Amino acid sequence: MAQNDTSVAAYPARTAQKTRAKRISLSRSLSYVGMLVVVLVIGIPLYWMVIASFKTNTEIYTIPPTWIPHEPTLANYPAAWRAAPFGQYYLNSIFITVVGTAIKVFFAVTSAYALVFLRFPGKQYIFLILLAALMIPPEITIVPNYITVARLGWVNTYQGILVAGIATAYGTFLLRQYFSTMPREIIEAAKVDGANHIQILVLIVLPIAQPALVTMALITVVYIWNDFLWPLIVTNSASMRTLPIGIFWLLDQEGVTNWGVVMAGTVFVIAPIVLIFIWAQKYIVEGIAAGAVKE
Amino acid sequence: MAVVPTPNPNGMPQTAAWRTRFRREWREWLLFVLFVFPNLFLFGVFNYWPLVYNFYLSFVDWNFLRADILWVGFRNYERVFTSNKFYEILWNTVVFSVSSFIFTLILGLAIALLLNQRLQGRNLVRAVVFSPTMLSGAAIAVIWTYIFDPRYGLLSEILGFVGLPSPNWLTSTFWAMPALIIVYVWKNMGYSVIIFLAGLQTISKDLYDAARVDGANAWERFVHVTLPGLRPIVFFLSVTTVLQSFQAFDIIRVMTAGGPANATNTLIYHLYELGFVSFNAGQAGVIAVVLFIIMFTLTVIQFRFMDQSDHGER
Repeated sequence: MAQNDTSVAAYPARTAQKTRAKRISLSRSLSYVGMLVVVLVIGIPLYWMVIASFKTNTEIYTIPPTWIPHEPTLANYPAAWRAAPFGQYYLNSIFITVVGTAIKVFFAVTSAYALVFLRFPGKQYIFLILLAALMIPPEITIVPNYITVARLGWVNTYQGILVAGIATAYGTFLLRQYFSTMPREIIEAAKVDGANHIQILVLIVLPIAQPALVTMALITVVYIWNDFLWPLIVTNSASMRTLPIGIFWLLDQEGVTNWGVVMAGTVFVIAPIVLIFIWAQKYIVEGIAAGAVKE
Repeated sequence: MAVVPTPNPNGMPQTAAWRTRFRREWREWLLFVLFVFPNLFLFGVFNYWPLVYNFYLSFVDWNFLRADILWVGFRNYERVFTSNKFYEILWNTVVFSVSSFIFTLILGLAIALLLNQRLQGRNLVRAVVFSPTMLSGAAIAVIWTYIFDPRYGLLSEILGFVGLPSPNWLTSTFWAMPALIIVYVWKNMGYSVIIFLAGLQTISKDLYDAARVDGANAWERFVHVTLPGLRPIVFFLSVTTVLQSFQAFDIIRVMTAGGPANATNTLIYHLYELGFVSFNAGQAGVIAVVLFIIMFTLTVIQFRFMDQSDHGER
C-alpha cells in the first residue's frame, strides 16, 4: 500500500524537481556570469597597466589601443629605473616598512600582554585611552605633527617618516582580543613552575598567538608600504622618498607623454604587495573580517 | 575583561591597603609601565596633543616660519565660514562621501550575495575583488589617470566602442568628481564584500529553512531574513565607509590635485593645501577642528548604536 502510494506520487514530483533543477542551473550560470563580470571589472585596469608597461611608445600612442602588445618590449623597465631613483625608493620603502612593522608589532605585543596578564591599578582606563586614539584620524594631525617633527629636526629623515604613526591601537586591540581568549591555566601553571613574565610572553603566549601576529604584521606591512600623505609631507628630497611618493613624481614628470615608463614604475610599486597578497591572502582577508564581526 | 576591585580585607584603611598592594605587586606595575607607556606616550604626542594644538592654531596667524605667532581670536573661523570656497569644499566632501558610501554598500552587498553561494572559484573571486584595497592608492590613481586619458585611455576605447565620445574626465569640472568616485569605489568595495560575506555567514541557516517552509520566495527571504540579519553589519559599514571616504587623499592628490577649479577639493585635501601649499597654519587648524568634530560625532553615533542594537556581535 505504502509503496503504491509513493509510486503514484512520484511522477509529478519528479517533473517539479526537474523544473526546479533547471531553474537552479539557470541561476547558477547567471551567478558564474556575475563572477566573471566582477573579475573583469577588477582585473582589466590592472591588466591594462601590465600590458602598457610592455608596449613600445608608438604602440601606446596609436588608436585604437591594442589588447596584446604587437611588439612586446622590456625597455620601459630600465627606462623607468633611470627616470627616477627607484633603487633608492625601494631601499627607503623596504627599510621603513620592515622597521616600522617590527616596532608596531613589538608595541602591540607588549601593550596587549600588559593589558591582559599584568596587574595595574586602573588599567581598563589605560586601555580606553589607547582605544580612543583610533578615533583620531591621522590626516587631521598632519600640521601639528609636522611642527613637532620639525622641532625634533627630523624632517626628511627615516625617524621622521616613522615616528608619527608608530604607536598602535589597532594591533593592541587585535592582540588583546586574542590573548584574552587564552586559557589562564597554562599561564598559571607556568608561573607555578617559576617562569617570569618575559618567559611566559616569549615561550607560551607568542607561539599560541602566532596566527594573530602574522595577520597583524601583514596588515601593518601593507599599510606602511602604501602610506602616502605623511611621507609626502615629511620628505623633501628624492633620496628620502618612498615608492608611492616616487610614482607620484614620476607621473608628474613623464605622465601623458610616456605612459609605458610610468606604468612600468607602477608595477615596481605594487608588485611586492601583490606577491605578499597572493602568498598570504587567507591570513589577510580573514583577519580583516574578524576585526569587524566579533563572535 | 572583568575588573576585579581591590579587596579590602579586615577593614584596613584604604591607604594601607594600597601600600600592601604596592608591596606585593610593584614588580608587575613596573613591567606594565615599561610595556604600555612607550605606546601610550607616542599616542599622547602624535595623536592627542595634535588635537589640542590644532585647536590652538585655529586662533593664531602663523606661516610656520615667522618667530612671532599672532593671536587673532576668531578671525580664522570668520574667514573660513564666510568664504564661498569653504561651502563648495564641504559640498564636494558630502557628494564624494555619500556617493562612495552608496555605491560601495550596494555593490559590496550584491557581490557578497553572489559569492555566498556554493560556486566553484568563489574564493578566487573574493581575493580578486579584495586585492585593490591592498594596493597603493597613489599607484592605483596613476593607473586610472592613464585609463581616463581622453585620447589613449582604456575608457575612451570602451566608450568609443558603444559610440560615445570620451569626456575629458580629469580636466572637466563636471566629470572629475565622478571619475574620483569611480576609482575610490573600484578600490574599496572589496572591503565591504569581505565584511558582508562574514556577516552573511553569521545568519543561521535555520532561519532560511523556516522561511522556505513558510513558502517565502528568494526575494522575500532576502528582505525578511538576510537584510534584518545584516543590520549591524550595514550600520558598521556605513559609518566606516563614510569615515574612510572623509580621509581619501592619495587619489585626489595624484589625479586632480583638488581641481579643476576646486571641483574635487575636499576637506582633507583643503587641510593639506592650507597647511603645506599656502602655509596658513591658522586656517588649517580651523579645517582640522571642523573635520574632527564631524568625524568624532559619526564615531560616537556608531558606538551608541552598536551598544544598543547588536545582540549577536561582540
